[in-house]
Amino acid sequence: MLNFLTYLINGLSLGSIYAIIALGYTMVYGIAKMLNFAHGDVIMIGSYLIYTGMITWGMHPVPAILLAVVGCTILGITTEKIAYKPLRGAGSSLAVLITAIGVSYFLQNLSLLIFTANPKSFTSVVGWEGVSLFGGELKIQGVTIVTIIVSLLVLAVLQFFINRTKQGQAMIAVSEDKGAASLMGINVNRTISLTFAIGSGLAAIAGALLCSAYPNLTPYTGAMPGIKAFVAAVLGGIGSIPGAMIGGLLLGVIESLSKRYISTQLSDAIVFSILIIVLLIRPTGLLGKKIQEKV
Amino acid sequence: MKFTKQTKHDLITCGIVAAFYILVTILSATGHLSNHFRGLLVPLCYYAIAAVSLNLVVGILGDLSLGHAGFMCIGAFSSSLFSVAVKNSGLPSPLRFLIALVIGTLMAALFGFLIGIPVLRLNGDYLAIVTLAFGEIIKNFLSAVYLGYDEAGIHASFKSFQLQGEGKMLINGAMGIQGTPMDSSFTVAVLLLLITLAVVMNIVNSRTGRAIMAIRDNRIAAESVGINVTSYKMLAFTVSAAIAGCAGVLFSHNTTTLTASSTYFGYNVSIMILVYVVLGGIGSIRGSVIAAAVLYVLPEMLRGLSTYRMLIYSIVLIVMMLINWAPGAIAFRERYGIMAFLRRRNENRGKEGQRS
Repeated sequence: MLNFLTYLINGLSLGSIYAIIALGYTMVYGIAKMLNFAHGDVIMIGSYLIYTGMITWGMHPVPAILLAVVGCTILGITTEKIAYKPLRGAGSSLAVLITAIGVSYFLQNLSLLIFTANPKSFTSVVGWEGVSLFGGELKIQGVTIVTIIVSLLVLAVLQFFINRTKQGQAMIAVSEDKGAASLMGINVNRTISLTFAIGSGLAAIAGALLCSAYPNLTPYTGAMPGIKAFVAAVLGGIGSIPGAMIGGLLLGVIESLSKRYISTQLSDAIVFSILIIVLLIRPTGLLGKKIQEKV
Repeated sequence: MKFTKQTKHDLITCGIVAAFYILVTILSATGHLSNHFRGLLVPLCYYAIAAVSLNLVVGILGDLSLGHAGFMCIGAFSSSLFSVAVKNSGLPSPLRFLIALVIGTLMAALFGFLIGIPVLRLNGDYLAIVTLAFGEIIKNFLSAVYLGYDEAGIHASFKSFQLQGEGKMLINGAMGIQGTPMDSSFTVAVLLLLITLAVVMNIVNSRTGRAIMAIRDNRIAAESVGINVTSYKMLAFTVSAAIAGCAGVLFSHNTTTLTASSTYFGYNVSIMILVYVVLGGIGSIRGSVIAAAVLYVLPEMLRGLSTYRMLIYSIVLIVMMLINWAPGAIAFRERYGIMAFLRRRNENRGKEGQRS
């Protein structure tokens, strides 16, 4: 039973990380209608920034994370301006997808060049040891608790931002209809930039938490969590903020429990199977809106 | 004999492949090719085949699939399984390869069909992520399974096991299949590429192909004129999977150790093939072949630049996409590009001619 609890809590923590990444993914997808394959690599860049800040420059974790958030935000806005914005309105949606893949290759190989392929051992940004319950039988690491709390906080702030502020409402408007939004006096370009900024900033936070829990940092660290987070976003219904949260948590718990009870090697296959089953029953994800097709 | 414009175009494509084959054979016979380059020839062909097969889905059918490496994986494993099992039975190697090819292609087609049933109900990016998921499941499953036979019969498990007495491990978990005979050669690969081209071009230029392209251009309009959308989508997807499986057979018979690792069959490979298709021109079969050949060989030839080569490759990729697809760049080309310059000059000449 305690064993089960341990894996459940670990799963929730992993799921929270997926959820934070998925939130960024789902916002960007909602507004730019593009699969941002480079999102996972922004996580990796953020982690390297924190690593450089903490190890090379000997910074305290908090300013190091701030540095990474700022760095990733700038990175997100720049890539959007240089690589994605010129392709808005292009004939095929594949064009921007391939460009995102190009950006992903670029970021991976840039960090390969700077930091080499040798894995870096990441120091946890959470100094706290954690708690131990039931007379030391159930140990919960500090990172695990912090991760879950941070993700809930992020969700709450984002929900408030989207639903209660003018900028958030502008985002919803742009994601529903760019043309109509711009007629209503919304600056579409600035809103899209803002979305990329928020998504990339969240990626930096996710990077800090991911590498604190799994302290092995290579240029390819971000790729798989990026894909999984996208799966989580689709699972929850892409474009929906609570959906991304639920999808992320579900994915993390399933992954952790199937690793423990079924097979370590097959856990990815199980996670992807869940996605397929859910999409077959609900083609727009758990909380996705059904879109009527107009002729 | 008179050919239509389209047939001529297709014959030229096959001619390019044949010319390339003759050129490489001559260079190889006279010793002008390095060993390294000769090692790239078969991979070049199977990636070209895979690119053509993906183009059938992405370009002709208009659906995005990110799971073609999974079909390659099925083709590779099923054919390799057969070849390893009958390796010492005295079957002549061309016949063995032919049967392996049929098995690999059919297995991939079967999986393409089975996966297509649920997947093709989805649209756009959902389809992309589900095909990616299927590709990963196939890869994951094949790298975790153990299969072997001994005196007690055939054993399959997800855990490693010991064989009793005489027997052989066929699939050894993450170690994959060992000792596939090296049956594929450049000649075989080029032949398969030509067959692939013939099959795909025939489909595209037939009534079936026109129906498929009608679905791509407007699904609802196609449905309303009586085209059975589901069955044509299934047909294109299954044929595409079969051809990808054929590429997988070439792959597995070109290597002695076959493992279902991410390097060979992960979603990265599907994406790499998609890059070939898009840069070659969506819907252009000839473009896919040329792009696959150039883009596969280019990074390999730039090995001297070591880590910089992939960085350069990624920048080239982004810049090419921007130049080819950005509305701003297209408008710029139309106004100031070479073609526009020539057109304007012709117009001016025409005007001068009228005056005099």
